[in-house]
Amino acid sequence: MFTWKTMLLQDSASPLMEQLTFFHDHTLLILIIITVLVGQLMLTLFTNKYIHRYLLEGQTIEIIWTVLPAITLIFIAVPSLRLIYILDEINSPMITIKSIGHQWYWSYEYSDFKNIEFDSYMIPIDEMKPWNFRLLDVDNRITVPYESQIRMIITAADVIHSWTIPSLGVKIDATPGRLNQTSFIINRAGLFFGQCSEICGANHSFMPIVIESITPNFFIKWISKMTEI
Amino acid sequence: MSFAAAALKLEDLKTAPFDPRFPNTNQTRYCYQSYVDYYRCQKIRGKDYAPCEYFKKVFHSVCPNAWVEKWDAQREEGTFPGNI
Repeated sequence: MFTWKTMLLQDSASPLMEQLTFFHDHTLLILIIITVLVGQLMLTLFTNKYIHRYLLEGQTIEIIWTVLPAITLIFIAVPSLRLIYILDEINSPMITIKSIGHQWYWSYEYSDFKNIEFDSYMIPIDEMKPWNFRLLDVDNRITVPYESQIRMIITAADVIHSWTIPSLGVKIDATPGRLNQTSFIINRAGLFFGQCSEICGANHSFMPIVIESITPNFFIKWISKMTEI
Repeated sequence: MSFAAAALKLEDLKTAPFDPRFPNTNQTRYCYQSYVDYYRCQKIRGKDYAPCEYFKKVFHSVCPNAWVEKWDAQREEGTFPGNI
């Protein structure tokens, strides 16, 4: 269902997404100022009766309307560049999680300690519990500790997929034969949802991604339990 | 297996560190190079040389398991393209 909250960015759950949200708002503010200014100029052109029959050039105004947009662009470009380099940074990750896109599900591997492998399929509508989100919940969630640096290694087994969690500010292509890396820190506990973001075939819409963020101590317990199975 | 025997601690969580040879998003080479380095290290220093195990940890953390299995099979058949 379309609601006011689905119009805008999701609430951020990572420091990176906070920065991305700030940048989005900052850029949108500049866009609104330009739109209002140009709109007002166009409107007055239509409604007034001024004429200037011998106008050929006006050096002063031309310099102003060339330099001002250039300065405006700098105000967008500098924070944008800053962000793009921050997004690339991986400091010292605590765990590495591998995510492999398949037609049409994601599989995950935790291989830092013991080897944990599982597939993550969407829960079909006829098997849904009342508390599940339709087309968004999966049978096996990715469990990660919060306030820890997580490195994701993304690849695919067949066609290109794209691994995304909007509230963490993460989106990266899963390309067969190539390992892409991204990293994030989650601020709090909770469930975070995402969907495959690269058209990958018939069931592209039915391979969601769910992250379950828990305390590092419970994560250790989860890992120990998973390695026992 | 009892829980006590399997008990991990928070300090045990260690993974492949940032490697300045591979500062980009593309980490394919980090995985491959660590795999080759491990078996080359074993070939030169012998199977029991402990420092080689570092590479093993790294490629297990970074490489998809399917890749490792494929390369293991290739090494057994003698068709692995890398210089080990």
